[in-house]
Amino acid sequence: MKGPLAVALLGTVAFALLPYIVPAYYVGLMIPFFGYAIALLGFNLLFGYTGLLSFGHAMFLGIGAYGAAVMTGLGFKSFELMLVVVILASVAIALPIGLLCVRYVGIFFGMLTLAFGMLFHSFLFKFYYVTGGDSGTRVARMKILGLEFAKYNKIEFLAGPFYYYCLGLLIIGGFLMWRIVHSPFGLHLRTIRDNARKAEYLGVHVHRFRLAAFVISAAFGAVGGAILGFRVGLADPELVYWTQSGQLVFMAVLGGFANFFGPIVGALSYILLQDQLQSLTQYWRFVLGAILALIVIAFPQGIAGLAVQLKRLVAGRPA
Amino acid sequence: MTVLLETRNVSKSYGEFRALDQVTMAVREGELVSVVGPNGAGKTTLVNLLTGLLEPTAGEVLFRGNNIAGVGPVALADHGLARAFQLIQIFPQLTVRETIAAAVVSRQKKRWRILARLSSDAGIDARVAEVADIFGLGPRLDTVAAALSQGEKKLLDVASAFALDPQVILLDEPTSGVSTSDKHGIMKTLIAAAKRAGVKAIVLVEHDMDLVAAYSHRIIALSEGQVLADLPPDRFFADTHLIETVIGRRRGH
Repeated sequence: MKGPLAVALLGTVAFALLPYIVPAYYVGLMIPFFGYAIALLGFNLLFGYTGLLSFGHAMFLGIGAYGAAVMTGLGFKSFELMLVVVILASVAIALPIGLLCVRYVGIFFGMLTLAFGMLFHSFLFKFYYVTGGDSGTRVARMKILGLEFAKYNKIEFLAGPFYYYCLGLLIIGGFLMWRIVHSPFGLHLRTIRDNARKAEYLGVHVHRFRLAAFVISAAFGAVGGAILGFRVGLADPELVYWTQSGQLVFMAVLGGFANFFGPIVGALSYILLQDQLQSLTQYWRFVLGAILALIVIAFPQGIAGLAVQLKRLVAGRPA
Repeated sequence: MTVLLETRNVSKSYGEFRALDQVTMAVREGELVSVVGPNGAGKTTLVNLLTGLLEPTAGEVLFRGNNIAGVGPVALADHGLARAFQLIQIFPQLTVRETIAAAVVSRQKKRWRILARLSSDAGIDARVAEVADIFGLGPRLDTVAAALSQGEKKLLDVASAFALDPQVILLDEPTSGVSTSDKHGIMKTLIAAAKRAGVKAIVLVEHDMDLVAAYSHRIIALSEGQVLADLPPDRFFADTHLIETVIGRRRGH
């Protein structure tokens, strides 16, 4: 258990020092990283640990972002209160959808979640008065921990207090998820992933546990989505489009879904890669696609898996 | 002796086809009952009914007096009835420890402990070590199931079912895929383990008449969905006509 704790501590220290080392632009870039990383912790409980690949997970990002917009629209300015509300909303929406979806596995589960994601997307598009249609709806500035930080402009706020606030959220989310996957509950999820039929005969409530994983992953998605929406200041239907769900899958595979830290590594790598490639070429999607193909073929364990292999190689052959 | 598991006039039809017809049988405390019969006799259907996977078209399936028809595997595990499959069923990515712990978690009703640390639960740990020991898997606790030998996988499969503390265990051809020389070894391990684990009765579905003869207290022969015989081994094997039917002369020969 020493290894993962060391990785977590090292990562925390590195991110805590980051604003003092790199230009403000890159600090700002870390906000979407935090949002995606938290969402992916949840996504991977479903994918890496329970064996269910959702193609509609961006729906929950949307619930977070639109929840933030609705809350600020109603005049509530507390980020924490908003988080509680979007978590409850995502749970309320994930329960009925999950009930339908968890009866299926593999491609059928994927297609059903994709369908619900698309439904939600068209709902956002059509119900103009509630959602602002294709132009989205504004997410106003909020207080964190009851503090206004009025002397900071939005950019400074994002790169300063909000950066550390999100880092804190990621640490809390990461700790919670670590406990979940290493609990008796988490063990039963992994038996479902490996062999659902055998699991049933060992007393595992397969459907109920898949549903629980789905709901927990939705809550993490909503928190991530709230961060993403707040950063841009806009809840926008693009955030819910199926390509966004695909992007979550991409990040998980890039980082390595078999490793606890894989999705976090994936989110970071994706954000940095996308940023660099976009400034280099307008064909950045092409390059990203090629990288994904390469990863799937050559390193199916992703970047985190590659790191573990390298570590073993070094440890196995002392100089 | 108390009856643990029984069927009363159970029939199961798939459309026109009657897989089981008015089957009445009972498994009592302390017994090892073998279910034999040619392919298509209805053994699998009977096993699936006994384990609550299928609902009978007519009749009752009782486990310690409770109707378990169609209750499903999870409820059955809670009742105290476990099943090991003919084809080896393991969790490829889980270690031996985790595989057995999964059953112990169910047994100790700790499955909803979402934030508890599995590794620091002494109650689970102790039971896992105990079960692993019974099956000689103690030294392999931290080995991933996929890396075990075929024989060890079979033992792990059964060990995880035993970890549920079942009163009755249903073994579906437990020695299939195991070499002839190992068959008796595995059977002896299983029966000894069952005794140590406090299992009160075993239902064995088996093709191999050697094993059936050596270990059964009673033999139930099925043919075309009906109970053909329900006899102790000495009387069963004295009836050559019966044995011919059960071993199954292929049609057209």
